[in-house]
Amino acid sequence: MAAVLETLETVKSVDVDAYKYGFVTDIESDKAPKGLNEDIVRFISAKKNEPAWLTEWRLDAYRRWLTMTEPKWARVDYPKIDYQDLYYYSAPKTHAGPKSLDEVDPELLKTYEKLGIPLREREILAGVQGAKVAVDAVFDSVSVATTFREELSKAGVVFCPISEAVHSHPELVQKYLGSVVPVTDNYFATLNSAVFSDGSFVYIPPGVRCPMELSTYFRINEQNTGQFERTLIIADKGSYVSYLEGCTAPKRDENQLHAAVVELIALEDAEIKYSTVQNWYPGDSQGRGGIYNFVTKRGDCRGDRSKISWTQVETGSAITWKYPSCILRGDHSRGEFYSIAISNGRQQVDSGTKMLHLGRNTTSRIISKGISAGRSSNTYRGQVFAHRKADGARNFTNCDSLLIGNACGAHTVPYIESRNSGAVFEHEATTSKISEDQLFYCMQRGLSAEEATALIVNGFVRDVLQQLPMEFAVEAQKLIAVSLEGSVG
Amino acid sequence: MLEIRNLHAEIDGKKILNGLTLTVKDGEVAAIMGPNGSGKSTLSYVVAGRSDYTVTAGEVFLNGENILELPPHERAARGLFLAFQYPVEIPGVTTHVFLRTALNAQRKARGEAELKTAEFMKLMRAAADKLSVTQEMLRRPLNVGFSGGEKKRLEILQMTLLAPKFGILDETDSGLDIDALRVVSDGVNDLRAPDRGFLVITHYQRLLDHIKPDTVHIMAQGRIIKTGGPELALELEKNGYRDFVADAA
Repeated sequence: MAAVLETLETVKSVDVDAYKYGFVTDIESDKAPKGLNEDIVRFISAKKNEPAWLTEWRLDAYRRWLTMTEPKWARVDYPKIDYQDLYYYSAPKTHAGPKSLDEVDPELLKTYEKLGIPLREREILAGVQGAKVAVDAVFDSVSVATTFREELSKAGVVFCPISEAVHSHPELVQKYLGSVVPVTDNYFATLNSAVFSDGSFVYIPPGVRCPMELSTYFRINEQNTGQFERTLIIADKGSYVSYLEGCTAPKRDENQLHAAVVELIALEDAEIKYSTVQNWYPGDSQGRGGIYNFVTKRGDCRGDRSKISWTQVETGSAITWKYPSCILRGDHSRGEFYSIAISNGRQQVDSGTKMLHLGRNTTSRIISKGISAGRSSNTYRGQVFAHRKADGARNFTNCDSLLIGNACGAHTVPYIESRNSGAVFEHEATTSKISEDQLFYCMQRGLSAEEATALIVNGFVRDVLQQLPMEFAVEAQKLIAVSLEGSVG
Repeated sequence: MLEIRNLHAEIDGKKILNGLTLTVKDGEVAAIMGPNGSGKSTLSYVVAGRSDYTVTAGEVFLNGENILELPPHERAARGLFLAFQYPVEIPGVTTHVFLRTALNAQRKARGEAELKTAEFMKLMRAAADKLSVTQEMLRRPLNVGFSGGEKKRLEILQMTLLAPKFGILDETDSGLDIDALRVVSDGVNDLRAPDRGFLVITHYQRLLDHIKPDTVHIMAQGRIIKTGGPELALELEKNGYRDFVADAA
């Protein structure tokens, strides 16, 4: 815990004063003023030098957002968010597009290092062997380093900030942006469409197997900055990509809003594997501070025999509202959702998935492991739907909940709707507690109560951990131990 | 050496141990026999530090140190091992991962270097072969779906790897057929050493045919009511507990 605290404290002290440039109308400045109106939307668009169609797209989203209300159906409770009291754009001072790590502000690199997420290219440059990972690091709103660009471009893979893709691959962005999560999809997605700052863009050409794992680390640093990432991944016919998203945020006293949108498109025979490890600041034990995470993630298996797989390890955030989903449009397409959601302290998690079976012989699999400790609340909310034309649709759902202590809650809310009599949907759910017998047995063998809890929890989530890329799995395992600290005894 | 002095313990307000006193020297194998409900398993739990028991009086010394204030894992790191009557299942945790985690946790607590994977695998394989524990078993989740015999062999395998200063075997013979009993007993006998003591809790003489005790104690109503040599166990086998318990009452 000491190390974690130190990290949080260190990060807190870094960069906070870096953004002292006020703004009124000066387009060169780094931060938009508080609040949201059409001028702010235009400002963001102008900062990024966007084409007119995108500015209009944003404005359209903003106008629609004004007519919408926040969804209330999730099992989460939080004070009303004042959307006029947030900053909608902030960029690090040195965002002049570094071409290599050398050009990256050493302070930024140091911050990443303190967070324990080194830009892995350094390891490789230093001769360290292992899996290659390309990193697109997002520091607040602007990508500060994009690595491995060249090697990827040899394979024809495009991996760049979405703000750049708007200029370099406008036809792809215009064709696919908003095609999975429409502008009007939901309150938070619509807000994101109006003010999205940056995020990653990936395009894998037909038949290409992406030569390395692609990775993005998001980090929220600036105080009172809502973060609105926008990620768009397109896997063209017969291609494959594995994408890793990691998130960390330093400690803050005020709640921070995060409303990201991730859209995945898999064409015929393509496969996308999307893995997330999210360990944002969850707030203190009294429920003060922490990130509000309202995320819309959706994949469209647009082509026949395509496959999209979501794997998530959620340990952070004060509020989590997140349902990575799959639209199984192509015949024989497949959707997967593997989730570990851990809540401790006063965290509130309402998370799950949607599997929408539209095509014939589509299959989906949901494995959800919820772990609640402290006074937290952990809800699995999942929808499985079969269209009347979805002959041969099959789903298997397994939701397991593990409770630690007596003050937490676990809930499972499945929505199952089949309009095709031939669809086969299976649902299994269990709720269990870590028993005194298990704890004592492990402790008699030499493990402390916390080590024993972490080991038992790791066993509980093993099916899902195995879905993560190797190095991510190791990280996730450590994270689980850290996030459960103080949950026993 | 394990030294228990005037130990009183209760659970949920119910007194189970009533002033139990017992000393087991280094190199000694002591057997405890007694009727159901005499507090034998409670004794093993209290010595190992299970938190739902409350010690109301007395002391327990392991090699001269009073361990009653220590949490269970620190007692383990000081060399106390309990082979459970009912080993606990831990789903999803591979047996060999558990073994390595436990061994390294103890080594770390004692300030020793953690074992590297290769070193550990070598140790584990050697111990497993002796106890007819297959590699396949070691890859399964801990105790999940294991037969009674497999669970008990695994307990002894753990004791072998952890090499404790003092081992308590709680009805290790229960649920074992003759062949498994022999394998388990051989495993225990291999561990007998001049600097290691054992407390063997059992209902039956048959275990003591294989693990020959130096001393035999009869326990009833939460304390030791008679102490003797191996012949005491034979006498019990013939006449039952009734005479002893009646004498003590």
